[in-house]
Amino acid sequence: MGVEFVQLSLTPLLIGILAAIACALPGNFLILRRQALIGDAISHVVLPGIVVAFLLTGVISTWPMLLGAAGAAVVAVVLIEAIRRVGRIEPGAAMGVVFTSLFAAGVLLLEQSDTSGVHLDVEHALYGNLESLIWFSAEGWGSLTDPAALAALPPELFRMAAAAVLIGLLTVVFWRPLKLSTFDEGFAGAVGIPTAALSLGLVITAAVAAVAAFDAVGSIIVIAMFICPPAAARLMTNRLEIQVLWSVAFATLSAVLGYVLAGYGPLWLGADNAVSAAGMIATVSGLILALACLFAPHRARIGAPRGA
Amino acid sequence: MNNAALELASEAGERVFRPAPTDSPLAMQELTVSYGEKPAVFSIDATVPAESMTAIIGPNGAGKSTLLKAALGIVPRLSGRVMVFGAPLAQVMHRIAYVPQRASVDWDFPTRVIDVVLMGLYRELGLLHLVRHHHRERAIACLERVGMADFADRQIGQLSGGQQQRVFLARALAQNAELYLLDEPFAGVDAATEKAIIDVLKSLKAEKRTVVCVHHDLATVTDYFDHVLLINVRKIAEGPVATTFTAENLQKTYGGRLATAHIDQLKLPAA
Repeated sequence: MGVEFVQLSLTPLLIGILAAIACALPGNFLILRRQALIGDAISHVVLPGIVVAFLLTGVISTWPMLLGAAGAAVVAVVLIEAIRRVGRIEPGAAMGVVFTSLFAAGVLLLEQSDTSGVHLDVEHALYGNLESLIWFSAEGWGSLTDPAALAALPPELFRMAAAAVLIGLLTVVFWRPLKLSTFDEGFAGAVGIPTAALSLGLVITAAVAAVAAFDAVGSIIVIAMFICPPAAARLMTNRLEIQVLWSVAFATLSAVLGYVLAGYGPLWLGADNAVSAAGMIATVSGLILALACLFAPHRARIGAPRGA
Repeated sequence: MNNAALELASEAGERVFRPAPTDSPLAMQELTVSYGEKPAVFSIDATVPAESMTAIIGPNGAGKSTLLKAALGIVPRLSGRVMVFGAPLAQVMHRIAYVPQRASVDWDFPTRVIDVVLMGLYRELGLLHLVRHHHRERAIACLERVGMADFADRQIGQLSGGQQQRVFLARALAQNAELYLLDEPFAGVDAATEKAIIDVLKSLKAEKRTVVCVHHDLATVTDYFDHVLLINVRKIAEGPVATTFTAENLQKTYGGRLATAHIDQLKLPAA
């Protein structure tokens, strides 16, 4: 592994790992709160938000994207409430309709707009463009100490790293109230934890992860990162602290294995082209979950009759 | 405000509250809570005496749990006022311990018994203080009081219903409060657990703390409690068990849902 690896694979790999971890951390709490599909919803709403932000500003950069995604989320919430009241439909159906419609509108907008100059087209929006986030100016491992080369690292890496560090810090700082309110919301409220604000904060954190991971894995596959590593981790342990560590390990494993298999797997099988790294990462995370379901030590629900 | 001023304000159509007795651990005035269009709890006045054991009694859907949650500020009040030790709730939260209904949480949650009890120290530990040896010892001592110390390292899903209820009580003990609010602590527990819980509650009373339980078992009211609040959305009656827990009041509270024959079998206070 030399120059080529550093140039072509190091940054996509790092971005993939960071994206997977950034999504897996809030995913642990979303799953335990039975809100896993919020991640799905967010990942759908992110797309039209980002496209509109791009159309308005003409550039792909962090703040317009985040604001666009946040704006789309607000529109989604208002629409859901309106449909629920006017149409007298149950909330789940209203959510499903709004998120898929917004996502479809995002796809249409994207098709019709001129995005040839930037990495924004339907395919990338769905599956991400991990492979294209390469480090042109790298000349080998030595470039890691070369300020000029470091400055030319893809900006997506810094964005993803910042998001991952922020989410990691938030998880540590708010660990206790998050755990307590996830387990027992009533008691959490009675000891003065602002549970509604905390729930909202968790959803916003998940949205930040989804927007940041958009480049790496696209808006569809991000849902696998929210759910698969934490769900597999839950089957490995009966302690939340350890579950979160397992989820980080599984997220990392999915990213590394998925990236390597996507790049080299088809060659090993005699095919010519590599396959989508994001697609392979999601597939690997699904396989890890499947293996955990079959072999993990705590795969049976606690309290279930033995042998059941 | 003196009484004359109160009368004036009252005549002017202003909403006024008479000052609550400051010694009461929990006083509610015209408390109304509504989830939808129909109020779950309507204009309830109640004053829990200090160092008492008070039962909140009423049929299903009478708003008993809602009343408790509104007193704790977990569900929003539509109107009315709650005073705890004569002060607004926000100032005295640390003096209240709460035991929610056992069925309100997912017992498959990945955590151990000791971790649940340590949650009772949340106000002390805050966001970032480390759990030290003395915190852990206090949690174990609370588990000992409910006879669950041997289960400290078990996953909570491995416990029976009665054991889960005792762990919840241990967490409330860790809060080391002066007012204990419990939501159906005896619901669906075995006889040994019921005995263990009532013993702990009576020892709390002996330590000059106040205990308020949402309670469903009419047969044990006279044995366990000294004060009752009978509600069915509205307040029906409130007072000492000896004078308030009467066949007449029960009939008013439960309406046709409680046959007279059933009331006759109850152990009512000797009139």
